[in-house]
Amino acid sequence: MTLDPDAADGGELERYELRERLPYRFQPNRRQAVQLLGAGMMLAVSVPVAAQQRRGGGGRGPQRAERLSERFHIGTDNIVTVLTSKVEVGQGSRTQLTQAAAEGLRLPPEQIRLVMADTELCPDDGGTAGSRTTPANVPRIRAAAVAARQALLELAAARWNVPPEQVRLADGQFVAHGDQRVTLGELASDADFAERWSREAGGGPDIAASEWTVLGTTLPNVKGRDSVTGAATFPSDVRRPGMLYGVVLRGPSLAARLQAIDLAPAEAMEGVTVVRDGDFVGCAATTSWRARQALDALAATARWEEPEQPSVATLFDDLKRTAEGGGGGRGGRDARGNPDSAFQQAAKRLEAEYTIAYIQHAPMEPRAAVAEWTDGKLTVWTGSQQPSRVRDQLAEAFRLRGDRVRVIVPDAGGGFGGKHSGEQAIEAARLAQAAGRPVSLRWTREEEFTWAYFRPAGVIEVRAGLNADGGLLTWDFTNYNSGGSALESSYLSEHSRARVQNSQSPLRQGSYRALASTANTFARECAIDELAGLAGADPLEFRLRHLPDGRQKDILSAVARKFDWHSKVRSQTDGRGVGIACGTEKGSYVASCAEVEERDGELRVLSVTTSYECGAIQNPGNLLNQVEGSLVMGLGGALFEEILYERGRILNGRFSEYRVPRISDVPELIVDLVNRPDLPSVGAGETPIIAIAPAIANAVFQASGERLRSLPMKLSGQRTAT
Amino acid sequence: MEREHRLLVNGREHRVTTDPDRPLLDVLREDLELSGARYGCGEGECGACTVLIEGRATRTCITPVSDAQARAITTIEGLAQGDTLHPVQQAFLDEQALQCGYCIPGQILRAVDLLSAGGPPSRESIVAAMSEHICRCCNYPRILAAVEHAAGLAPATPQTGAES
Repeated sequence: MTLDPDAADGGELERYELRERLPYRFQPNRRQAVQLLGAGMMLAVSVPVAAQQRRGGGGRGPQRAERLSERFHIGTDNIVTVLTSKVEVGQGSRTQLTQAAAEGLRLPPEQIRLVMADTELCPDDGGTAGSRTTPANVPRIRAAAVAARQALLELAAARWNVPPEQVRLADGQFVAHGDQRVTLGELASDADFAERWSREAGGGPDIAASEWTVLGTTLPNVKGRDSVTGAATFPSDVRRPGMLYGVVLRGPSLAARLQAIDLAPAEAMEGVTVVRDGDFVGCAATTSWRARQALDALAATARWEEPEQPSVATLFDDLKRTAEGGGGGRGGRDARGNPDSAFQQAAKRLEAEYTIAYIQHAPMEPRAAVAEWTDGKLTVWTGSQQPSRVRDQLAEAFRLRGDRVRVIVPDAGGGFGGKHSGEQAIEAARLAQAAGRPVSLRWTREEEFTWAYFRPAGVIEVRAGLNADGGLLTWDFTNYNSGGSALESSYLSEHSRARVQNSQSPLRQGSYRALASTANTFARECAIDELAGLAGADPLEFRLRHLPDGRQKDILSAVARKFDWHSKVRSQTDGRGVGIACGTEKGSYVASCAEVEERDGELRVLSVTTSYECGAIQNPGNLLNQVEGSLVMGLGGALFEEILYERGRILNGRFSEYRVPRISDVPELIVDLVNRPDLPSVGAGETPIIAIAPAIANAVFQASGERLRSLPMKLSGQRTAT
Repeated sequence: MEREHRLLVNGREHRVTTDPDRPLLDVLREDLELSGARYGCGEGECGACTVLIEGRATRTCITPVSDAQARAITTIEGLAQGDTLHPVQQAFLDEQALQCGYCIPGQILRAVDLLSAGGPPSRESIVAAMSEHICRCCNYPRILAAVEHAAGLAPATPQTGAES
């Protein structure tokens, strides 16, 4: 696939968020500007600084040999600290990278500690997106750990004046000649060690999956105990001495502009700091309760101008009406053959339109940040998947050099592609600047539902035709707005075309777990099912006939065996149906079968069987968690999640109004993890989400005869499935 | 108008002078520095803020601090006995029923309440109780396994091989 040339992260993010401007334009802070100029520094040089510091854009491109001391700190307490800019938001990166380091160093995982996502301490491995940690960072850290182990063996050998080959690392101790022993901590205590360690550089040879002893096994979540005892410190749990709690004034609708406001009533409240800077209005107080009371006082005096704004009723018309043509580099390849004339000549034709709603990530922890200024230097703890991008945004917003801003991301409460932006960090920092004290700011659920970005909505048109013997002759696929991930069809067809049309999105939109591959796989797999019907073929057989040999065909066959497709098809009774779907994205392969029941206009998903293959499995237990979680999250987008808005107001921005999956929604789940130790490992936190919706839609057709062509699905005569 | 409130949290007495309408969640987090109860929705829909009051799972984001006066409050920080985890905490660990972990304290305390009724609950009653909580990682199959395991309904699930 061609990558969007605009996409700094190699096409792993939705283009929309990469083109966003800073949320606020603050007035220059006069005192701070004098300080910087007085030191002979130009303002706002942070971006080039960050670009210099960035290496390989998240693991791609050439890498220089890194100094091992930038990556590994060897402690006198026998602990190796590993540094990485990657974040942990529930996908298991902390545990998996611990395994990678333990594997390379040949140390038990208990002797490894990770420091993640601190822009001051950690080498920049890029943000956390696009399932890149597993294919890029695990091998990078594993290989660096091999080099670190070799370097440590040499340092131990030098201590005894023996050749390095005669030193072994066993049970966390270096051993030579049986009686000479030194622990990692003793080695690190050596007076010269730090100086010598800082000179070590290089990347060692990697370790093949067949040699793994720690990877390939289920290491339980290394922070699991902190999770169950409440000891874990999420960004919204961070406390600083003298800290205040901040809140921000929001408009009544998305495009509302503040016309006038009287700050006096809030300023008169004891212990409240009020800030107005351009469009930004907020306040900070000793408790969040007090801050909200002050905010209410501010809101009561605010006058807003509200322009004409769009409503969900015209969403899909809006997207098609504003289509701009060519979706840039991700617009798909040139047509093969002549899809237009082939469609006219086809023996049987399908024309179908699929619609995709906006949905919200709604991570359990909303956007949160704690900001603290010390001597003109800014430190922010925040929940973001992009620590260095947030650092750059803060530097730009406050006209600071990049090295005057430090961003730290404590393990955060969910991301799902929804935390690539840093407005909460800027807001907390602006309030802390005014208050002269640290400020903690946490968005409310309504703010998160309204002001964070959404998964893009979309319209997808399919025009396809069969030849006289029921084979796929032509395939023409057009995606309006939702994006180009998994745009290309794997099914063999003489004529084909796949395009993205960029549109003007009525709402702010950005990345979501698996990007547009959920939408594109839904439309494609539903259309393929309809074509199988037109051909009079079994949906599984039709797919197998048109897929080339390879991993996608293999995973489809695997799920059919696991589910026992043919006997399930035969045994369906009235009102019940089974469906199948498959897909690929980011180098892994998924296939799902669903069994549903439709009764009196109500839809129930009885069971889902999924086979999944992502190369060599690094942590089977964590992989199972990711696959199960993806499937159930996908159930929400398939059946009931949908953002409703009217004239710029979000109508269902609460959990009581926006339904997400609960434990009572979970069908019987059978997950079949296919291990391929002969293949490189790829990331698995996203792709398992893409096949469940079309499998359900295709099962609904078997059960009810109705083709559901929207996400979320809507049976006729009712708004959403129950 | 602020007034003094006597709170009994994890066996300790605290006196907090504050507005009686202020949510208990805020008082626990901001005044008592107990951050294991977490904000998720502010409307009693998600359960992330759950603690035990007199043994019953209670949503603190919609409970005014004045309602909790002089009643025994147990937060997640007070559940383990020293280094020994409560059996429900241990079951969540054993079943790896956590991804980001943000909602897990609330889920655990709900399960503690459910299981304290005595006698093993049915799967239906577990699902009914736990459906009061949202996990956006959607780790529900593991959560169900953990509660069933803690209830003695199911043995611990081995998670060693690639097959499941």
